[in-house]
Amino acid sequence: MNELLNAIFVIILTLNLFALGNGRLLSVIRIVAFQGILLGILPLLIHSHLTFSVILSSLAAITLKGLVIPGIMKKALRDVQIKREVEPLVGLLPSTIIGAVLTAVVFLVYRRINPVDQSHLSLIIPTSISVIFVGFILLTTRVKAISQVLGYLLLENGIYIFSLLLIEAIPLVVEMGMLLDLFVSIFIVSIITNHINRAFSSLDTRMLSALKE
Amino acid sequence: MINLIIHLALFLIFPPFLLGVINKTKALFAGRKGAPFFQTYYDIFKLLRKGMVISSTTTWIFGAAPLITLSAVLTAGTLMPLGSSPALFSFTGDFLLFAYLFGLARFFTTTAALDTGSAFEGMGASREVTFAALTEPALFFAFLVLVKLSGSLTLTGMLSSNFDSLIYPGSTAPLVMVSIGLFIVFLTENSRIPVDDPNTHLELTMIHEVMILDHSGPLLGIIEYASSLKLFLLGSILLNIIIPAYTHSLWLNWFIFTMAMIGLSVIVGILESSIARLKMPRVPSLLIAAVLLCGSAFILLLR
Repeated sequence: MNELLNAIFVIILTLNLFALGNGRLLSVIRIVAFQGILLGILPLLIHSHLTFSVILSSLAAITLKGLVIPGIMKKALRDVQIKREVEPLVGLLPSTIIGAVLTAVVFLVYRRINPVDQSHLSLIIPTSISVIFVGFILLTTRVKAISQVLGYLLLENGIYIFSLLLIEAIPLVVEMGMLLDLFVSIFIVSIITNHINRAFSSLDTRMLSALKE
Repeated sequence: MINLIIHLALFLIFPPFLLGVINKTKALFAGRKGAPFFQTYYDIFKLLRKGMVISSTTTWIFGAAPLITLSAVLTAGTLMPLGSSPALFSFTGDFLLFAYLFGLARFFTTTAALDTGSAFEGMGASREVTFAALTEPALFFAFLVLVKLSGSLTLTGMLSSNFDSLIYPGSTAPLVMVSIGLFIVFLTENSRIPVDDPNTHLELTMIHEVMILDHSGPLLGIIEYASSLKLFLLGSILLNIIIPAYTHSLWLNWFIFTMAMIGLSVIVGILESSIARLKMPRVPSLLIAAVLLCGSAFILLLR
């Protein structure tokens, strides 16, 4: 069970790197959706006994993160008609390498500050922090609004992994509230991008800072 | 004894069949009937019966290169355990010899391509060497991970000890990463689709095909056979990592291994029909991703 968990964590980390290195927005959406489905499987594996709340949270994560949100994003992508990210602030390959180096640093530092071997939870915290970092990279180095939303989604995925540690303590309502929050924000941002596109004929967020009356 | 016979027969006769499986899968996806499974054998036999046209600008290297490639790959094959069966020869550090025999084969293929004096073939050789420089670190990191996990410096020890997670705690995560990295290496080394398309002759993205354009007749047949052997060998590294356990029955083990090999070919065929070839400048990023993956797996083990 523990080995299976760790295997899923490294697949999540691998998907991070592919999300950073991929220039086609549709593929990045697919990658993030796949990561969401993997995240949904995690609560089922982490707990020895399946309670109603665990199953519900897993199902909600799979439907929202794996199906609904990517669906909304794909629709937004179709509406604004962009296919690939042109000239991100940091190139695709450098950002992949930065992401990989950050992941390695997180793993090494975590080992240094926490030498106690917590047998079965050993990969949760470094994985979640790495996913958060990669989300940050996507969020800060891309210029298209939709890529930034994808970065935000990755960030949220990292937080979700972290919250798995506390799943016994966090009540179901809080968990559902977080998911609802995410869903609503993505929904709104997708609508907003559509409007930005209609008003300014570009989704380049750098232009938004030069807005005038 | 019977194990040895199956081992040799599978290694020497089976590989061209895999190319047939890949092509059949691709044909099915495209809605065609496709060439028969044994087409590669027919092609090789047809080529072996034909005469050769050799350019007058070439030297002896041009003729010797396919033979050296074939013998290097065959020698590498004797070091590789297949399924549950150990390798024919095994000694400490043989994985280095294995990797460098592939290096030797590649050296002579590219030298023969340069030997023809054609600018086009030189371009292919340059691409082949560029990508090989990136796949080799990935392969070596993967070997390092396996050495660290199994504590053995031979290919047989590394690959046929089934990595039971009870014996090697924490081995699944690095092995998953190594398998993904090795799969990318497998596709690149065999000129499969995200990197190179073996079925077309387009100037923009050709790598392996362009280097053998001037070879004809028996030499071309030998090259085809050697490249199918290469596919088989690199695939069996991957399979030895992925297949978790073998039974005690000899026939069942060989059956599992053969089926897994065919399954791998089907996966390659599906991949080739579903994704497009990468742009040439984007290929190095894929390969660097493979190096990073295998490197991180090593870090994960060492930390």
